Amino acid sequence: MSDPMRIRAAATGDKVTVRVLVSHEMETGLRKDAAGKVVPALYIQTISAVYNSKTVMSSQWGPAVSKNPFIQFIFSGGKAGDKIAVTWVDNTGDKRTDEATIS
Amino acid sequence: MKRREFVQSTTGAAALGLAASVGVFPTTASAQTAWNKAAFEAKSLVEVVKALGGTEAATENKDVILSAPEIAENGNVVRLGAQSAIAGTTWLGLVVEKNPAALTAGFDVMAGTEANMSTNVKMGQSTNVYALAKVGDKYFYAVKEVKVTLGGCGG
Repeated sequence: MSDPMRIRAAATGDKVTVRVLVSHEMETGLRKDAAGKVVPALYIQTISAVYNSKTVMSSQWGPAVSKNPFIQFIFSGGKAGDKIAVTWVDNTGDKRTDEATIS
Repeated sequence: MKRREFVQSTTGAAALGLAASVGVFPTTASAQTAWNKAAFEAKSLVEVVKALGGTEAATENKDVILSAPEIAENGNVVRLGAQSAIAGTTWLGLVVEKNPAALTAGFDVMAGTEANMSTNVKMGQSTNVYALAKVGDKYFYAVKEVKVTLGGCGG
């Protein structure tokens, strides 16, 4: 299991800006290690955010997204004090969900 | 003992079901969370649009906004942002032309979510970067050349 995501969600009026910092290796499958062996690909393929049981963000990633990825998005209709949950699934089927409170 | 067997068998079945739903999703459903393998293996903007089901080539449009640095000192972490001011935008993508796979990230724009996203990407070398927006069944893009001083693809 990987480390938790860091999620910051700030409401300004009706709009909520969400910044997510994921802890993930994001191996492309093209890099070689010191012994010259290819490091197998390991990267997040889909990431989504749910607010009030409604999906507010859904994104598909390729291996070229940076290690420990960052994503920022804005949705409207969110309130401070409510919770937002972010889930990612990588190419091996590993997944993780974390929750944060909108401030 | 019986309970344990039951738990094991159900979790196994759930995992299988998940694998099946991820693997065999039709590519046309990419508007939601399915991962489009063909699009993520495409080598150029034209191929990406084709793999996403676009019938005509993408055209440049000033209402699509790409935020990218002129010079990226570290190709491992390049902050790219895509925005679209076109009404009815349903999807945004970031395409890095000379990377091994051009399409880097796709982002579904749904009701209540702004067509504005940014993320960090890896870039192997200096190349053109595109912000791609899908409106109806047409694709529009904005382009900018980003110079990379230190490549981010191993080595």
